[in-house]
Amino acid sequence: MIEFKLPALGADMDEGTLLEWRVKPGDAVKKGQVIAVVDTAKAAVDVECWQDGTIGELLAEVGQKMPVGTVMATLRAAGEKAGEKAGEAAGKAVAAKVGDGGTAAAKVGPGGTAAAPAKLPQTEPQTAPQAAPAAPAQRRLISPAARKHAAENGVDIDSLTGTGPHGAVILADVETAAAQGAPAAPRPPAAVTAELPSAEKGATRIAAMRQAIATAMARSKREIPHYYVSEDIPLARALAWLQAENSQRAMAERLLPAVLLLKAVAVALRGYPELNGWCHDGAFVTAERSNLGVAISLRQGGLIAPALLDAGTKPLTTLMQELTDLVQRARAGSLHSSELTDGTITVTNLGDQGTQAVFGVIYPPQVALVGFGRIVERPWAEDGGIKVLPVVTASLAADHRVSDGHRGALFLRELAELLQHPEELDKEAS
Amino acid sequence: MTRKTPVNQKIEHRPPPPPAGPVPWDKDFALQLLLDMLRIRRLEEKAAELYGEGKIRGFLHLYIGEEAVAVGALHALAPEDNVVATYREHGHALVRGMPMQAIMAEMYGKQEGCARGHGGSMHLFDAATRLYGGNAIVGGGLPLATGLALAAKLQGETRLTACFFGDGAVAEGAFHESLNLAALWKLPVLFCCENNLYGMGTAIERAEAQTDLCVKAASYGMPTFAVDGMDIVDVHATMQKAVAKVRKSAGPVFVEFRTYRFRAHSMFDAELYRDKAEVAAWQKCGPLHTFTARLKAKDAKGGKAKLTEKEFLELDKRVQAEVAEAVAFAEAGSWEPVEDLLKDVHTPEGTVTAAPQASTKAGRAKSPAPRSGRRSSKPTSARGRR
Amino acid sequence: MSRKISYREAMRAAMHEALTNDPRVFLMGEDVGRYGGTYAFSKGFLDEFGPERIRDTPLSELGFVGAGIGAALGGLRPIVEVMTVNFSLLALDQIVNSAALYRHMSGGQFSVPLVIRMATGAGRQLAAQHSHSLEGWYAHIPGIKVLAPATIEDARGMLAPALADPDPVVIFEHAGLFNMEGELPDDWTVGIASAKVRRAGKDVAIITYGGSLPKTLAAAEILAADGVEAEVIDLRVLRPLDTATIAAAVAKCHRVVVVDEGWRSGSLAAEVMARIFENAFWELDAPVVRVCSEEVPIPYAKHLEDAALPQPEKIVAAVKGLFA
Repeated sequence: MIEFKLPALGADMDEGTLLEWRVKPGDAVKKGQVIAVVDTAKAAVDVECWQDGTIGELLAEVGQKMPVGTVMATLRAAGEKAGEKAGEAAGKAVAAKVGDGGTAAAKVGPGGTAAAPAKLPQTEPQTAPQAAPAAPAQRRLISPAARKHAAENGVDIDSLTGTGPHGAVILADVETAAAQGAPAAPRPPAAVTAELPSAEKGATRIAAMRQAIATAMARSKREIPHYYVSEDIPLARALAWLQAENSQRAMAERLLPAVLLLKAVAVALRGYPELNGWCHDGAFVTAERSNLGVAISLRQGGLIAPALLDAGTKPLTTLMQELTDLVQRARAGSLHSSELTDGTITVTNLGDQGTQAVFGVIYPPQVALVGFGRIVERPWAEDGGIKVLPVVTASLAADHRVSDGHRGALFLRELAELLQHPEELDKEAS
Repeated sequence: MTRKTPVNQKIEHRPPPPPAGPVPWDKDFALQLLLDMLRIRRLEEKAAELYGEGKIRGFLHLYIGEEAVAVGALHALAPEDNVVATYREHGHALVRGMPMQAIMAEMYGKQEGCARGHGGSMHLFDAATRLYGGNAIVGGGLPLATGLALAAKLQGETRLTACFFGDGAVAEGAFHESLNLAALWKLPVLFCCENNLYGMGTAIERAEAQTDLCVKAASYGMPTFAVDGMDIVDVHATMQKAVAKVRKSAGPVFVEFRTYRFRAHSMFDAELYRDKAEVAAWQKCGPLHTFTARLKAKDAKGGKAKLTEKEFLELDKRVQAEVAEAVAFAEAGSWEPVEDLLKDVHTPEGTVTAAPQASTKAGRAKSPAPRSGRRSSKPTSARGRR
Repeated sequence: MSRKISYREAMRAAMHEALTNDPRVFLMGEDVGRYGGTYAFSKGFLDEFGPERIRDTPLSELGFVGAGIGAALGGLRPIVEVMTVNFSLLALDQIVNSAALYRHMSGGQFSVPLVIRMATGAGRQLAAQHSHSLEGWYAHIPGIKVLAPATIEDARGMLAPALADPDPVVIFEHAGLFNMEGELPDDWTVGIASAKVRRAGKDVAIITYGGSLPKTLAAAEILAADGVEAEVIDLRVLRPLDTATIAAAVAKCHRVVVVDEGWRSGSLAAEVMARIFENAFWELDAPVVRVCSEEVPIPYAKHLEDAALPQPEKIVAAVKGLFA
């Protein structure tokens, strides 16, 4: 029996309100599937399930407010029979689907020391003690003999239902499957549909969001010794390339300068791992990928910074689509929990409406924030003459516990250099 | 009537008068013993030097000062006798006939050493000369010697087993258990206690309630001898008597050699436990120079001396050359291949360790050495049929 | 054809045969002569073979075990009997520092063809100083072989190959087995190289040795009634361990319980488990578990002694835990 607990969906979240269940008892669920929508004060967030299984009981009621770590539902791992445990009505049994162990959500934060930080939702360290005690990592249990036999017989072990202790897939399961001709290839994961959430919740929620932002930013300024550097970056070449590129694209596929800037940040970060990751209790963990938290202001007020995942590896076209989608969903209040928690750095771009420069407050447990001001035409001295060029002021706010201003400055210089070669940025993949 | 057991808590650390007087041996024999003492002395002086160079590592216990004991005692044994020694056994190995080269190579850790470099300084073994170690557990050799003597007795062999150990071993249970067994079973063991007054850094009177070691041995009902271990003439004569007694009675005999070690216990010893004056006093009794002086003296009738300075220098030159050869041999030696690391943990299949004998009383003295490499179909299982 | 004899009779027959066939063999130990052997293994030997070859020793384990080593070096084939494993600690110096090392330390010049026999184990209300199982300690030492005859056949047959072995062999005889009776076939062959399957099964391999073998076989019967077919492996040779037979049993059954009367921590059972993880990990279908003695000196009172030791019920429970 797996307990599905309310995950912490951000550094500033210590409670949430259930808005909607997307599943009902007996439903088979896949890892990554959205099973609930929770109001986290900042946004209505789709909450994903982190393991395959079958929904047992739904313990939380819609409208219920609960602290992080509250058991919201029970889940039967693959192979766990309904009715085995007390509290489950007999007859609820549903053919168990693929079990894949998975990890109880909300237990391991990105800056934590547990394994695979980048894949798991983050835990706010200050609220962790309030959360339920850490559940043992619920890796899918497969006996060595079962693994070996499956490999030898071409049986897809992930497709099997475990009948061993704790739902472990044991040799007998593989033998049965082999005899019945089980699938040899992994099945494609079920498509995760992100439906639009229910209507926004009005003033109460805006106030709550304000409170959440206040908590996070106060913590940032209290704990993180910020330093700031900035660099004016000429964008004549970048914008010219963008214009030429867009002239060949359909309207819907045109690229915004913001995408170029985001891509450049993600690529530049490769050489500066000390800016990309999480710092928990003074211990810094570098993130393997660059997930750019994009600060998005909401129409009703407030701010949210969902992440563009692995931005450094994606072509500009893809990034553009994802950015558009992200902004839409953020404003609609329909974000995935991983998007809210997986950011490794935040980028704030004031765009057309903004001022010339912005110096941000780091979003803990991240360690850096890149700010872009409004792109404006300015006099620019070059080659002994003065020209008028489009220029953007890029700034970096970074955590002095992890990096120093010298490195921060080099990072901005690298960013400036990358933006002089936009065509290469588009090709950058990994 | 109550019998009084003598107890001597105040042991004399001062040396006896230096050995003196004529040497009652013919020249050849006298020079043979002098040569052996010189060989030990020069070998060990070189070993100390090589230790400083890092060529020899581990523990290195020098016998310098005690040479008269091993030389005088071992020359009273027959080649077929067994010898069990301690970790201060370079001299014993050398006198028993192990080539100096094999000793030096062993101290280097080379596979040309007597034990293929497995043992080093403390574990010299030689089947050919019936040297059963080189045992570095204090008292560890006494039960083995007792058993070797038991084997000899049960097989009707005439060999005796000479077991060397220090005064420190006397405090071990193994000493008492072994002396008791040997006396109880009337085994031909010659217990040779090299009493150099210190068990490592602990003076004998700080370790023993009864410092007269012969009293302890006598309590097991065996004959005992105590002898000035600095006087090779005395050592040899006493040892001859003791050997004769063992062969005649076929029971054990205990001999205490009162001797002194001039050097530190090992190479890691600051010698905080004894005065330099004490060492200097004992050095006046040094077995080498006193014996040399006695050989150089004209005999009572004013006849020829047994040794001239020229002869001595030639002898020493020979020894130095032997040492140099041993060092060159060790230097040129090779390391046992690491692939052979596990080779000697167990006896290889088919090796015969001792020839089967028709009867325990047949009296056939077979060498226990497996070196011959004889093979046989060693039974690895038993079969039964009623 | 076969005949029924006791473990004690089998041991006695083995020694009688060795003394008869090889004049180099002699028996030495406390009360092996006039008393007839602490466990009557050598009853009548003194009259038959004489005091030279049936040697009563003083209570000096260090001395007479060491003398056994010396006698082996000197060309004999001693059988040294130590009354119990607890007393053998007094001789541990000679066994570990001399017997096990001489072959290696002498660069292959001197082997020690010695057999040391000792009683081991609990179950007779002899309390803490006469009941322990320290086989695992001995099995730690390179240079010696360690045997644990647990059947009539092994009691009868292991001594001869042990005496033929050129190196020291320590034989542990579990005192709880001495009165056990069983069939000794007319034709038997006993080696000291491998473990043996004492009961064939397919669902779980139970690996054990010595005094725990009958308990394990009893447990297997109970399990069979519940439809679980247990394979029972008797290690027999505790050093060197027969890893191949262990791995084969794991590959066959995929579930393993190790039963060892030694204490759990640092036990022989732990070594067996380690071998399984090293050599048969991918065959496992469940965690490997063990049934060992409780970590307490073996108590005198019967109910406490029983509670401290592996018992068939504990073995059954451990097996069932693998299927829960």
